[in-house]
Amino acid sequence: MAEAVDYKVIGTSPVRPDGVDKVTGRAQYGADMNLPNMIYGKVLRSPHAHARIKSVDLSKALAMPGVYAAVSGADFPQAQHGEIGGEGGGDVADLAKNIMARDKVLYHGHAVAAVAARSVQLAEAALEAIDVSYEPLPPVLDLDAAMAVDATLLDENCFTKNLPEKPDKPSNIAAVMQLARGDVEAGFADADVIVEGEYRIPMAHQGYIEPHACTASVNEGGQATVWCCTQGHFEFRAMASKVLNMNIADLKFIASEIGGGFGGKTVLYLEPLAILLSQKSHRPVKMTMTREEVFRATGPTSGTHCKVKVGAKKDGTLTAATAWLAYEAGAFAGAPMGPGAMSIFAPYRLDNFHIEALDVLVNKPKVAAYRAPGAPQSMHAMECALDDLARELGMDPIDLRMKNAAEEGTQAPYGPKFPAIGFKACLEAAKQHPHYTRPIPEGAGRGVAAGFWFNVGMQSSAEVHINENGTVTVVEGNPDIGGSRASMCLMAAETLGVTYEQVRTLIGDTESTGFSNVTGGSRTTFATGMAVVQACEDIIAQCKARAAATWGVDEDQVEWEDGQAVPAPGVNADVKPLSLADIAANAARTGGPLLGRASLNAQGAGASFAVNIADVKVDRDTGKVDVLSYTAIQDAGKAIHPAYVEGQMQGGAAQGIGWALNEEYIFNTDGVMENAGFLDYRIPVASDLPMIDTQIIEVPNPSHPYGVRGVGETPIVAPLAVIANAVRAATGLRINDLPFSPPRVLEALDNA
Amino acid sequence: MGAFAYVAPSNLEEALAVLKEHASAGTRAQLLAGGTDLLVQLRSADKTPRTIVDIKKIAETNRIDIGSEEVYIGSAIPSAVLNENTELAALFPGLLEAADLIGSTQIQGRATVGGNLCNASPAGDSIPAMIAAGGVCVIVGAKGTRELPVEDFLTGVGKNALEPGELLLGLKFKRPGPRTADAYLRFIPRTEMDIAVAGCGVSVTLDQNGTCTAARVAIGAVAPTALLVPAAAEALLGSKLDDDALTAAGAACTAASSPISDKRGTVEYRRKVVAVLCRRAAAIARDRAKG
Ligand SMILES: Cc1cc2nc3c(=O)[nH]c(=O)nc-3n(C[C@H](O)[C@H](O)[C@H](O)COP(=O)(O)OP(=O)(O)OC[C@H]3O[C@@H](n4cnc5c(N)ncnc54)[C@H](O)[C@@H]3O)c2cc1C
Repeated sequence: MAEAVDYKVIGTSPVRPDGVDKVTGRAQYGADMNLPNMIYGKVLRSPHAHARIKSVDLSKALAMPGVYAAVSGADFPQAQHGEIGGEGGGDVADLAKNIMARDKVLYHGHAVAAVAARSVQLAEAALEAIDVSYEPLPPVLDLDAAMAVDATLLDENCFTKNLPEKPDKPSNIAAVMQLARGDVEAGFADADVIVEGEYRIPMAHQGYIEPHACTASVNEGGQATVWCCTQGHFEFRAMASKVLNMNIADLKFIASEIGGGFGGKTVLYLEPLAILLSQKSHRPVKMTMTREEVFRATGPTSGTHCKVKVGAKKDGTLTAATAWLAYEAGAFAGAPMGPGAMSIFAPYRLDNFHIEALDVLVNKPKVAAYRAPGAPQSMHAMECALDDLARELGMDPIDLRMKNAAEEGTQAPYGPKFPAIGFKACLEAAKQHPHYTRPIPEGAGRGVAAGFWFNVGMQSSAEVHINENGTVTVVEGNPDIGGSRASMCLMAAETLGVTYEQVRTLIGDTESTGFSNVTGGSRTTFATGMAVVQACEDIIAQCKARAAATWGVDEDQVEWEDGQAVPAPGVNADVKPLSLADIAANAARTGGPLLGRASLNAQGAGASFAVNIADVKVDRDTGKVDVLSYTAIQDAGKAIHPAYVEGQMQGGAAQGIGWALNEEYIFNTDGVMENAGFLDYRIPVASDLPMIDTQIIEVPNPSHPYGVRGVGETPIVAPLAVIANAVRAATGLRINDLPFSPPRVLEALDNA
Repeated sequence: MGAFAYVAPSNLEEALAVLKEHASAGTRAQLLAGGTDLLVQLRSADKTPRTIVDIKKIAETNRIDIGSEEVYIGSAIPSAVLNENTELAALFPGLLEAADLIGSTQIQGRATVGGNLCNASPAGDSIPAMIAAGGVCVIVGAKGTRELPVEDFLTGVGKNALEPGELLLGLKFKRPGPRTADAYLRFIPRTEMDIAVAGCGVSVTLDQNGTCTAARVAIGAVAPTALLVPAAAEALLGSKLDDDALTAAGAACTAASSPISDKRGTVEYRRKVVAVLCRRAAAIARDRAKG
């Protein structure tokens, strides 16, 4: 697929089919489902960051008029250990205990009980009538302190996994991971220059605008229907079945439109509660989180403490690198230390390296996926160190990266050899980009850094129905977060040879289409797209068969060209080509409706690389950092819908800049988050950001029929270090810890 | 959200009667101007029932009078209306830029400077600007009308000098003379939709030679209430508002501040930044006064 291909509709940027409903308020989001007799559920949350639950008494709440059901941990089946499966992974028992605490609360905001009542106000009043008796325990809030030998334990049964031998004592370190190659000592001995750095990054939230919401209705036969905002209704169904010990066949999940997820909506929180409350009350139950609940009780990404050491020859050739990466898991194991470790050195050719990563329990909310989970934190360390290295070597930072850039055939630190990848192409584009070649504005500083994400494949299903007039309905199972319906329509239109407007894509519920893993891992356009293309190819094969039958020729004497069946070259048949519309119109006479389908476990999700550039100005009196200009350059493989690819790049950059500048979970000494709202959890507002310039690079992914690489996650990886490196350029100071909030920057300036 | 009743009296007498009734019964009445603070507070933990008394239908709270001696701004005038008033913008550029900082376009369609003042947040943006501009509160109650300088109106975090049964009718300012101008600056980590980490309002009058003959400096978000800082004004008086004078005024603001450390900024940071804002706001006011 290396040569450029001329496509008819792929590469155009039509308006998304779901767009009008979204901008006119017609689209149905998580909280928009209303049913007759519906009541409202609310969650009682722990006022302690760490405590043993001695008792939960629901009786007073249940006695209140208008309160129809109340549940606590005791109402759940025994939490069974087991793999959750899917993108995020983790333990089912942990998931179950995160949804509803059993014997212990492990963070402030942890659910301990839930009620359902006639109104939200009544439900809130009922929460106040629930008696919970706690035995408070000291909260473990600091990542380093959590790892100390004498630390208070969150889980007395937590024995560090992946050590050569099971440790004899439990600890808060849930797991460690090592990745190594070559001889690090020899590598550093070979180096002319060695740089080291130590970086801390606090927890950050995805900041999706739509809070979690669902409505569940369970009938007297035990069958449950759940409407919810999710990144993956099939995986939600699977998780709910495990947590509630229900038969998958009794669970139907319908995904609403989704107002942002970024990984955060791959995790089940409210749905099992709503199901239980509906079971008990015999009424549909709606549950909606407040913004405060979203912050306190859903998964942000890990706070981290990372150390990195990099050695290089005078000419910039990297000789060795080591990394030590500690990730906060929150209350239960499962920090993204694996991807963090696997990504940190991924863009570079490195013969000698050693990486150690740790998954550490702390009394904070259990982390969830957030765009390229784990990579922004670890790669921030490496990309800052490389910037320092470039300075020491007197080299251009892009040249230094180019000198060591991974390319086709390079063995990735995590094992496989890269097929065709676009890192060098991104670096070249950055070097030549007008942003990089123009003078740096007076008083400003310019930073660059690279980003990387693996991308995943996983399972997808798709069906393609040809309507009686030849228009096309694509049915697939991935909630549309970033415009994927439009991309599916484009790929189907391209494959079938019809126009974009003739294709509509709908997201089926768990009963109306085949299984698909979550919309996550930047997999949807790649993997579900591949299924859609294969289902269209199935249609084409059927069309050719029907044309052959119509014409009285063999199937292999028919070809599909520009949306119609034509006789193959050399076939002597005096027939008119048959378009999709012609074949559809005649379907009743040629075997019935046309239905194509495909299901697959997609392999070969191509890695996506990025290089970002930023100019920043620092107010030396206040410490405020202003981003003057920003450019994101990224390999998309093939941009099916370039405008939405740009949207992903811009959105990821905006989130990364926010994390770099102001976003952070601030906990008091009791483990209570002090900024659980958008006033003090400062995501950037539109006026905080310059126009984010984008350049899409296209080095096709050989594993996808149109060359697609996932593009959703890579964009958030580079911005952290880009900002840090630009601030370093502007001030001469390497500030190690994020975010670069004005007080932190001013303190650094004043101490310099 | 707690339970509440809502009334919208159509004139001042009716409003005062409602307030008096609640004052004597000891029940809770709460005034509503734009509601941009009130509605948020209604969702908070304090669920005590109350009667909400909307002041937007009262003529006296909806007036702007620009006289030759005095300027009056009714307490129900939303910031968007203030900001469109070019005459006011020429007289009190600082006060208007403070009002223009409140929230966003949408918020400003409702938010009033009267509400900003009565809410008495230490970080209320229009308050230091009003103090600098010499604002005086016009207060009415059963006993009649009284006046109080803005700096004396604030009694603590979220507390003001209103007695039960009273309301803020509006704000009065002496019409500024020639070569007088004000300015307000706040510091926030973002560009908008944020709460001041520190704020400073400055008003100066210059003589023909550019020497400062009158000054008022007020600071916000660095003490339980916004404060008038006479020492900062003194540092400016008699000077040409050169760097030394501005630095001295800034230092006086730092000295007058008693900030707290919280999620929005540390004590140290706020003390430093309030001086920066004072220097910068005074320079802007100076340049405006020079015309
Ligand atoms: C999204 C958002 C952003 C914001 N940004 C800012 C900002 O940048 N800077 C800032 O300073 N503030 C900000 N605020 C807070 C608020 O908008 C301002 O304080 C505003 O000026 C309040 O005016 P209001 O008319 O809406 O007051 P209301 O909410 O109507 O009233 C506020 C308080 O004053 C009392 N009150 C009102 N009028 C009278 C009266 N005439 N007599 C006696 N008591 C009265 C009310 O009872 C209430 O206690 C923001 C608020 C929101 C929601």
